[in-house]
Amino acid sequence: MKRFAGWTLASPATVLVVVFLVLPVLATIVTTFTTPDGPFATYAAFFASSFRRTVLFRTIQISLVTTVIALVVGFLTAYVVSRAPGWLKSILIIAAVFPLLTGVVVRSFAWLIILGKNGILNSTLLNLGLIGEPLTMLYTQGAVIVAMVYLFVPLMILTLVGVLESIPDDLIQASASLGAKPIATFMQVTLPLAVPGLIVGAVLVFTGSFTSYATPQLLGGEQVMMMGTLMYQQAMVTFDWVAASTIAAVMVVITIAIVLLMTRVARRLNPMVT
Amino acid sequence: MTRQIHPLLIAGTVLVFMFLVGPLIIVLGAALSDTTYLTFPPQGLSLRWFENIFQIDAFRRTILTSLQIALLSTTIALIIGIPAAYALNRYRIQLPGWLSTLFVLPVLVPELVLGFSLLKNLAVQFNSPIYIALLFGHALLVLPYVVRVIGASLASFDFSIEEAAISLGSPPLKTFFTILLPNVRSGVIAAFILAFITSVNDVSISIFLTGPGLSTLPIQLLAHMEQFFDPTVASVSVLLMILTVAVMAIVERTLGLTFLAK
Repeated sequence: MKRFAGWTLASPATVLVVVFLVLPVLATIVTTFTTPDGPFATYAAFFASSFRRTVLFRTIQISLVTTVIALVVGFLTAYVVSRAPGWLKSILIIAAVFPLLTGVVVRSFAWLIILGKNGILNSTLLNLGLIGEPLTMLYTQGAVIVAMVYLFVPLMILTLVGVLESIPDDLIQASASLGAKPIATFMQVTLPLAVPGLIVGAVLVFTGSFTSYATPQLLGGEQVMMMGTLMYQQAMVTFDWVAASTIAAVMVVITIAIVLLMTRVARRLNPMVT
Repeated sequence: MTRQIHPLLIAGTVLVFMFLVGPLIIVLGAALSDTTYLTFPPQGLSLRWFENIFQIDAFRRTILTSLQIALLSTTIALIIGIPAAYALNRYRIQLPGWLSTLFVLPVLVPELVLGFSLLKNLAVQFNSPIYIALLFGHALLVLPYVVRVIGASLASFDFSIEEAAISLGSPPLKTFFTILLPNVRSGVIAAFILAFITSVNDVSISIFLTGPGLSTLPIQLLAHMEQFFDPTVASVSVLLMILTVAVMAIVERTLGLTFLAK
């Protein structure tokens, strides 16, 4: 009877997810295996094209670099935020939440103003006499990475502040009273205990960058095409829906593989779980 | 908590927060400029670009569409997400474990893939109106917020209060509205506004489910940027930031913003 009540209440949401997500996405993936040329033809074509291989590796590379920078910057910042006095901590959290709730388009657009040919950075450098003519900063891998880091650092900070706050202060005091220097305490106590949070943050940033669209589109353009922008182009510009579906399938597989792998690593590395 | 933090670490943190807030201040400055091109610091101050937003038909239309889609999709997600969150908490033992994973799927599956799949397999295959695909795409996008945030408020709810009401003869629906809902009110408000703002800002699902005749604000912004490089985009961005401030004020009043760091 209770089982029945639970199912009844959960069924509308279950139906929504199955009908509007599971089935359409599965259908998209299935079509990649049912082409006239055989089940793996589209994947062979994908990996045979050096352009598409380049896009895949570039996407992985940009996402990795973004993740590493966001991890380092986010972790150090979150450490300071988590140790800040109450009022300051609130202000800092507000300052991190505000960009997070401001959309991707607005935040990428900001970097368009900054990095453009006549942008703020170029005009400042010109006025200071540091450069003779404007640098090309837009439509480079660097521009995409800067904007991506900007996108994801707040997420990393918020994820890690919660984790760092939950580390018992007694442990850190114990370490200090046993004679460990602050750096040793940080490396041997704080850092290992933050590992689960670091992994959650890394997964969020990596999958977010790997599947992003607006930022590479605005700041990378044709020159820095990533998987998301390539998929959009194949689907809506060249109308090659089979190729777009293949890219979609590759994105789904990589995203889910990363999530599963990292959750497993997190479980193994977490010193609090035995 | 009076441990020493290395001054270099504090300096680094200051730089990070300047990096986080600076670009948004630049957008604000650019929006207030009275020049026809984007510049910072603004040469002269004016609000003409804000007026311009409402003179451009496409912006007026897409602002309304975005608000409508956000409102409807969030409402759908709440109507079906609240019972699901309740079921997952109340009947945890009776329901299979994969069910809660199912409601996280919209986070796991890349939004672009979802948008493309809805276009391909709903709009084109079944000839469903694109509006329906866009609406349900957004409902799915925000469903995990609803299930998670309301689930978190339900976790601290004492279900014996509800059982007491039922055993005293209160009908289930009345119990829901008079006992349960008031207890998770702040969770519902927080879920609503987080979902609302997520929908308003979405690009990745909407990019596939909009086109001539139906577009949302962020998609229109992207399209406008490809043709013009004037402060209109900056002023629309500022409108979106004002919406963000409003949302943060409500979250602060209902749950406290530190809730977002949990």
